[in-house]
Amino acid sequence: MSSGNAARKTQSKRIRPEYATISGMEIDECYRAGDGGGVLGEPGRYPFTRGVYPSMYRGKTWTMRQFAGFGSAADTNARFKYLLAQGGNGLSTAFDMPTLMGYDADHARAEGEVGREGVAVSTIDDMSVLFDGIRLDEVTTSMTVNCSASILLAMYLVVGERQGCSWKKLGGTIQNDMFKEFIAQKEWICPPEPSLRIVTDMIEFCTREVPRWHPVSISGYHIREAGSTAVQELAFTLADGIGYAQAAVERGLDADDFGPRLSFFFNVHNDFLEEIAKIRAARRMWARIMRERFGAKTDRACLMRTHAQTSGVSLTAQQPTNNVVRVTVQALAAVLAGVQSLHTNSLDETLALPSQGAVTVALRTQQILAEESGVVNTVDPLGGSYAIEALTDRMEREAQAYIDRIDAMGGIVRAIELGYPQAEIADAAYAFQQATDAGEYVTVGLNGYTMEEDHKLEILEIDRAIEGEQRERVKAFKAARDQQQVARLLEAVRSAAVEDRNLMPAVVEAVRGGVTVGEISEVYRRVFGVYQDPATV
Amino acid sequence: MSEKVLRILVAKPGLDGHDRGAKIIARALRDAGFEVIYTGLHQTPEMIAETAVQEDVDCVGLSILSGAHMTLFPRVVDLLAAKGAGDVPVFGGGIVPDEDIGELKTLGVKEIFTPGASTKQIVDWIRQNIQPRA
Repeated sequence: MSSGNAARKTQSKRIRPEYATISGMEIDECYRAGDGGGVLGEPGRYPFTRGVYPSMYRGKTWTMRQFAGFGSAADTNARFKYLLAQGGNGLSTAFDMPTLMGYDADHARAEGEVGREGVAVSTIDDMSVLFDGIRLDEVTTSMTVNCSASILLAMYLVVGERQGCSWKKLGGTIQNDMFKEFIAQKEWICPPEPSLRIVTDMIEFCTREVPRWHPVSISGYHIREAGSTAVQELAFTLADGIGYAQAAVERGLDADDFGPRLSFFFNVHNDFLEEIAKIRAARRMWARIMRERFGAKTDRACLMRTHAQTSGVSLTAQQPTNNVVRVTVQALAAVLAGVQSLHTNSLDETLALPSQGAVTVALRTQQILAEESGVVNTVDPLGGSYAIEALTDRMEREAQAYIDRIDAMGGIVRAIELGYPQAEIADAAYAFQQATDAGEYVTVGLNGYTMEEDHKLEILEIDRAIEGEQRERVKAFKAARDQQQVARLLEAVRSAAVEDRNLMPAVVEAVRGGVTVGEISEVYRRVFGVYQDPATV
Repeated sequence: MSEKVLRILVAKPGLDGHDRGAKIIARALRDAGFEVIYTGLHQTPEMIAETAVQEDVDCVGLSILSGAHMTLFPRVVDLLAAKGAGDVPVFGGGIVPDEDIGELKTLGVKEIFTPGASTKQIVDWIRQNIQPRA
């Protein structure tokens, strides 16, 4: 193979191989026929290595779904409308930390945090304002929310109702992937088992009542952002998916019914070849998991539909214009890998939430790829490439080894309790930092090609007054309600929680009656307990 | 004569769950020979100041990526002073725009490490600027 490298390798005490992906996976000098591939299959046919649909982007371009949210519901509504007007064709909602963690804007723990990392939503009125003037049966919406997902989904359904939309017409995704919270994103209320119960309630509820909705977006993005390698991202995401499918089966749901409701979300990081291989391997592995492990008979239930986002951690605060180039390369990888929807990061995101100007460039990046690059004209254009097929096979092999290890531990819930994926991620993150500090991995503008910069980017500033205004709005909303009715609605949620009945009907009823995000979350805290961060280093 | 080993508290204030950086810093500081106490996530400023006093640390490092630094960092500084630990330096990092660094320093934060800072920079700064508490 690469004999030229052997002499160099024995001399240096490198942390990683000299020719390696960003994940540290050694790459051969040249790949040839026979290094990988085997029987590839057809696009749109099990196991979907080449793509989930026969005509892919010739039939339908990926959805350009830019994640957006800041300040008040009115601020974000304006950004939503701007993105739709500029050709974005799917909504994606970023909520603020209090909303994500189940606290209303008037709670002590919300202080300093309201509207700063996403949009503040505490009440059904906030949710109505957020989608004001946007018909929910004409657009699909993704909502990035996890431990309070049940409440936000209920609010979305009620806003749809108020607009006169049937639940059967509402399409979209709610992230609701609690396993990866314990592993990586770290937004939780209660411990893993009751968190899984709530996720399963939502899968069951949506399978029956909201058939166009994806009640879970099984995510690798955050696992990767936390510092995992590409193989770990792939393996832990699939292991999480296995955990949810298992829970759904144990709940009595049929794999052919819930399979199509599951969706995925991967990172697209710097290493072009590795990322394409990762996503192709993911499709093939998931299809086999659904068929062989869970007995799904239809191809539709085995089909992995996935969103992707370009990597946030790969961007630099130094020479931020370079980020446009990074995002373009990453977005191209996503398109060549065959994703169904895509978010491209903005050049200013190491410093702040995206400014309007920066998000426009990010959206145009996708539009240029779709309209000008020509890669949409044929399906899986890199299929059959010696390097891509060899890497796809290798990603599958190495990810399978992790999945086998997690199976041997007793599954993902047990692996999380043991701290296994968390430790793997922390080790990989530290190794990458060491490689960067040693100059073994060069990030342009950061530890190579540095320069004095005299111009300043205009970044998005969130007015501090928004917090006080939102707090007052929430207080006024709460005070204007029938307090006895609120108490009754909360009691209905509590008893569904305690009596092991599906929570969603009671949560929807509560939200219809004006109960807030924080109030329902507090019921979860009291019934299920609060998870404490193990705080391992 | 042996020098006292510095005790450093690495803390995550507020609701922000991004702990990649905090964990890397904690590990790098340990590798550099410091004693490190890591608080874990979702700490209120009160909890952080209390832990700093209980653990008798020589300095406190705060990490925050959620944009709440202008509220939470000064709150930690003030609470340390209120608990008689106003001599314990506070430094921080995460997502802190340049515009905010000046004001944070005026409010008592000793240094802010922005995205791209290396672990060596942080270790060197601590060695040069932090002494064991009298």
